[in-house]
Amino acid sequence: MNRAPAKNWDIEDLGEGRLALNMGPSHPAMHGIVRLLVTLEGERVVSADPEIGYLHRGFEKTCENVTWNQCIPYTDRLNYVSPFINNAGFALAVEKLLGVEPPARCQYIRVLMSEISRVTDHLTCIGASAMELGAFTVYFYLINAREAMYRLGDLACGARVTPAYARVGGLANDLPPGFAAEAAAAFKAVRENLADADRLLTRNRIFHDRLRGTGTLTKEDAVAMSVTGPALRAAGMPFDVRKASPYLVYDRFDFDVPVGSNGDNYDRYLVRMEEIRQSLRIAEQALAQLPGGPVNHPSYAVILPPKAETHGCIEALMAHFKLTVDGVKPPAGEVYQAVEGANGELGFYLVSDGTGRPWRVRVRPPSLPLTAALPAMVKGGYIADVVATFGQINMIGGELER
Amino acid sequence: MTTPALNTDLLLFAAAAAAKVLLFLGGAMGVTALLTLAERKVSALMQDRIGPNRAAIAGLTLNGLFHPVADGLKMLFKEDFRPAAADRLLFALAPVLALAPVLTLFAFIPFGDYVMLFGYQLDLCVADPPLGLFLLLAVSGLSVYGTFLAGWASRSNFALLGALRAAAQMISYEVTLGLTLAGLMMVYGSASLQDIVRAQGALIWGWIPAWGIVTQPFAFVLFLTAAIAANKRTPFDLAEGESEIIGYFMEYSSMRFAAFMFAEFAEMLLIAALCATLFFGGWQVPFLYETGFMLPGGAALELPQWVTALMQTGAFALKTLFFCWLQLLLRWTLPRFRFDQLMSLCWRRLLPLSIANILATGAALLALR
Repeated sequence: MNRAPAKNWDIEDLGEGRLALNMGPSHPAMHGIVRLLVTLEGERVVSADPEIGYLHRGFEKTCENVTWNQCIPYTDRLNYVSPFINNAGFALAVEKLLGVEPPARCQYIRVLMSEISRVTDHLTCIGASAMELGAFTVYFYLINAREAMYRLGDLACGARVTPAYARVGGLANDLPPGFAAEAAAAFKAVRENLADADRLLTRNRIFHDRLRGTGTLTKEDAVAMSVTGPALRAAGMPFDVRKASPYLVYDRFDFDVPVGSNGDNYDRYLVRMEEIRQSLRIAEQALAQLPGGPVNHPSYAVILPPKAETHGCIEALMAHFKLTVDGVKPPAGEVYQAVEGANGELGFYLVSDGTGRPWRVRVRPPSLPLTAALPAMVKGGYIADVVATFGQINMIGGELER
Repeated sequence: MTTPALNTDLLLFAAAAAAKVLLFLGGAMGVTALLTLAERKVSALMQDRIGPNRAAIAGLTLNGLFHPVADGLKMLFKEDFRPAAADRLLFALAPVLALAPVLTLFAFIPFGDYVMLFGYQLDLCVADPPLGLFLLLAVSGLSVYGTFLAGWASRSNFALLGALRAAAQMISYEVTLGLTLAGLMMVYGSASLQDIVRAQGALIWGWIPAWGIVTQPFAFVLFLTAAIAANKRTPFDLAEGESEIIGYFMEYSSMRFAAFMFAEFAEMLLIAALCATLFFGGWQVPFLYETGFMLPGGAALELPQWVTALMQTGAFALKTLFFCWLQLLLRWTLPRFRFDQLMSLCWRRLLPLSIANILATGAALLALR
């Protein structure tokens, strides 16, 4: 694949009969904030040039100035629709650096919450892209389902969108009592709403015609552009980090990786729909197999001791002080840990110099290759396909621009 | 030279016409305003929400009944923005051109048969030209100017795209719209809407009302599809396409924008009224005649003429509201077409089908003669 040369932003030399359309940064379909300079010939897209950076917050640089655990709230804001996955991924990477492994219960809860996050993310993606295609009602069905899932996150850690649930070596707290029953009710609500949406969309002729054959990305191109996640699987490549290099306890669950064949928007939609069902399957298995025991690593060199202990035990008080002021201190070295984010491989590359603060944090965002592939996907299509494709690649500004 | 007697008649005629215009147009505009609320309430019901229920007058909310008033006031107080590069005259003219044809069209719709008032026979239709159906198509064809000029005069790329889509779409679907109505004219032998409604009062085999839906069932489906498309509502709202190109009225604000919205809702009401008039017997109530009910079995119930007229107007209103509701339901169920799909639906599906419908109607009429 040839990379197009950098676009000349001077619209004087567009060519005869062409129109430059500046979609965004303030445009209803450009969720998050991104600008897409589209050159049109009638309704046909000649070229599209995404300009990113409107949501750049300096996540990576900020992390260098805080302790490892203080990075975790920042990771919530990467993909703010599936924050648990970011939490878990970052904590896993630091634990890999430290060479510790959290207790089994913690790992199961992290899997459970990650899958809940994946469901919320896919529900949002399908709902929002259906809304952009005019199917407004589906959006509310799916957002109601998402709300049920958000409530589970709220129960577990007290926050819907920015949970900051994971800690290096454990979790902020254990699940509350009665969580399993609440989760079962929420999963039921999701399944019902999903079935409604399925009936409204999947075999809807208008919806099918809008998505089928648009925004196509071939398997080869997808691999060449390092696209991951549902978009890659829709192109026919069965790559899923949970299967390819299992982390946490994903190897103990029975789940399928849905794979498409055309790599178009409709396949992406189908893959996401199926992944929601598979995620619910994993979450249910995780709940059923949830072991007892502590959720935190036993060593006070890694994780804060319980508050009560700091009042009566000098070692705990010292650990509390050291961990709060200096932070956990991984040995010098570097590590890469990938997790399967909702949109693809979410990787954390961490470098430690042995102090309590990261020397370098680098995130491999799944949205970046997807957004980079957007011009190739929309070229030659109609302007309406830009919206359909953009909705299905589910660009998340917070993650893309960090 | 005019005689005093003629003057009285003329004055009476003018007064009656003015009263009818005020009553019917006022009613239509009132219902249109309520339709904006209905749209929000129906969508809320379908989407598991409550919908607007906060606007209150003296603490009274009536479950959101005052929201159209609040919306109107809000629009009134918004800044009336005009882009610097816009064509001043056309920009100001476009909302008027969008709204005027729709409101004009209400004049042709019969909302009842007649009523005897102080010994005068008052036709319950503002205007009943003999070629009403043609006039209807002609005037509704004018509304494309408002839409197109709005996009053109704004000098905005998004608005221009919307205007181009709107022009292509509305002109295409007007063709189908006209052809679907040809079958009706063949069946009822008239192009006057009042005549068509009267003809629908006849009975087939002594018990089936000869409504348009019975004689031209296929045309009804085509008509409703084409009419919604001509009105640019979802699933045909490409000219607006709020998540794609925002629409031909993108640069409009304040009451100018409200005029476009109002025109859309008024046209929705108009389509509903036309569906009722052309295919569902207009003001006809099955087996209700000037003198009262006459059932096929022979049973009869005599009614005063004014009761009959009231029931007929009520029936017309109910039928119209039903089709308004149907359009709302469609709007909130279906996704939007893409431009090329919309065009191919019109020219490759609906148009041949409507022509086939005309041929089939002709063949059937010949066979039945």
